[in-house]
Amino acid sequence: MKNQQKASIMSTTLTMAHRNLLKTWHNPDNLSDVIIQPIIFTLLFGFLFGGVIAGSVHAYLPMLVSGILIQSILNAAAGSGQQLREDINSGIFDRFKTLPISAFVPLAGQLIGDALRLLLSGLISLGTAFAIGWRPSVNLIMIACVLILAIFIGWSTSWIFVLIGLLVKNAELIGSLSMIIILVMTFLSNAVIPIRTLPLFLQSIVQLNPVTITISAIRAIMKTGYWNTEATLVIISGIIIIAIFMPLSLMVYRKNN
Amino acid sequence: MENEVAISVKNISKKFGQHVAVNDISFDVKKGEIFGLLGPNGAGKSTLINMMTTLMQPDQGEIMINGLNTISQSRQVRSQFSVTGQSATIDRELSARENLFLFGRLNGLNRDSAHQRSEELLVDFDLVQSADHSVSTFSGGMLRRLDLAISLIGNPSILFLDEPTTGLDPRTRTQMWVAIQKLVKNGTTVLLTTQYLEEADQLADRIALIDHGRLIAEDKPSELKKLVGGLQLKVTVEQNESVIPTQSIIEKVLGKTVNVENRNLTVILDNNAFNKVSEILDKILASKIMLSSFKIDAPSLDEVFLSMTVGKN
Ligand SMILES: Nc1ncnc2c1ncn2[C@@H]1O[C@H](COP(=O)(O)OP(=O)(O)OP(=O)(O)O)[C@@H](O)[C@H]1O
Ligand SMILES: [Mg+2]
Repeated sequence: MKNQQKASIMSTTLTMAHRNLLKTWHNPDNLSDVIIQPIIFTLLFGFLFGGVIAGSVHAYLPMLVSGILIQSILNAAAGSGQQLREDINSGIFDRFKTLPISAFVPLAGQLIGDALRLLLSGLISLGTAFAIGWRPSVNLIMIACVLILAIFIGWSTSWIFVLIGLLVKNAELIGSLSMIIILVMTFLSNAVIPIRTLPLFLQSIVQLNPVTITISAIRAIMKTGYWNTEATLVIISGIIIIAIFMPLSLMVYRKNN
Repeated sequence: MENEVAISVKNISKKFGQHVAVNDISFDVKKGEIFGLLGPNGAGKSTLINMMTTLMQPDQGEIMINGLNTISQSRQVRSQFSVTGQSATIDRELSARENLFLFGRLNGLNRDSAHQRSEELLVDFDLVQSADHSVSTFSGGMLRRLDLAISLIGNPSILFLDEPTTGLDPRTRTQMWVAIQKLVKNGTTVLLTTQYLEEADQLADRIALIDHGRLIAEDKPSELKKLVGGLQLKVTVEQNESVIPTQSIIEKVLGKTVNVENRNLTVILDNNAFNKVSEILDKILASKIMLSSFKIDAPSLDEVFLSMTVGKN
């Protein structure tokens, strides 16, 4: 009776990622995280602080663009924990579990969907900056490298939020928790302000913040047009985060499923 | 082919902490049959479905679906059935059409067949008008229909339905029944749970009665109803002092013991006892007894259970 073929892991994972993106697309909340926020932040900070910090909007943009890029991408990454928990709590994961697909497909779909959301968010940050007058001084290949670096670090961070999503049972709590973490991490960094304007004790905190290191690495690439050791360090940190949080998440996921 | 077993449940038990939710239950469901699990809240119906659909592991016992073991062959088992859970689990942000398409793909249909099946099911379940609206705008009945449609997109040979009609208005409930009966005509085996005796009676070829995790009885609806007896006469009198005279009138006419509870008198009516009902009413009125109600009722689920459990102990 059941006449269909067993679907391949590849195609079911892509279907699941497709679902994930459709959900983002139809959900104003998620959509605003990914699309509206990078636009608003670029405009807001650009026009509000441009004059104070750099003398003009135009002069501020090269600094701001890297900050907003990372901020938007981390922000989009932080959404994955809540989304995952909402799916688990709604019971739809149970329904997925009764399908003839691999148990990890729903999780994989979430993470591939995440990567695409991050890409979208990154493109929009750069696009908005471009629209209000930012002109990169490096070639497109280097910009692509920067984008990939940002997406990679964002994606590895989303594994942290996936673990939170698997451990904390309340979706709203995860939502506000993720937002606070991201707010603190990105505002206690050099994302939108030069470090030297801060009081000394804050400067040392900000300098230790991994977000600051990532943004500095990206700024340096955008300025010089060359890869640097800080960027390599960022990649290594990403790998370490994945090496820790992927197995942990998979373990918890497997246990619950 | 007629008597091939689709679902075989053998000595299944499940505990949650100290609480025994399912206690040593066994039954077989034949291919092409509608099998009803009937029981009140907390009886263990959903827990049984969860174990049959590989979502939970039984503490004891064995379940085979089309000859495949739910624990050791869970992946193959999952390609044998679909399940519609007690509460609709559908992506609310997505449209009906998108939901159907995605589940078609996840069930292994290619893009074209997934689209084609989606359209067919939208028509079958009367959802074409709202196919592109976000599911969050759907009424309870539409949601239930879509939920069932999603379960059917992979043409499952076995379908589990956990309380498919709870919360539906009578018209939508009938629509649901028709849809389920149509499926069975095409060869699907259906296991459904319900709290309504009437529904089990209308739909199911065989019924298993469960209460407190135990299987109380398993039989054809007609046989089960024989066990409890048919219709009941229920009389309520206004004054306490009318109870005894009324009781004696009824007992004299029917020749049966009347069950008395406060001012309520209940007695089981044998077949063809309708003519005697008017005789009883005439005599009561002639004795100037004031009635607050006088009615003939089918036995409620409670009464079925009561008589079953009492009969067993
Ligand atoms: N995950 C769980 N953890 C603890 N107890 C549970 C769990 N699931 C069910 N129970 C308990 O097991 C018993 C049977 O529950 P179940 O959901 O199977 O009943 P049901 O027959 O489906 O009832 P209803 O008609 O209300 O849906 C109940 O007492 C319930 O509280
Ligand atoms: Mg239930």
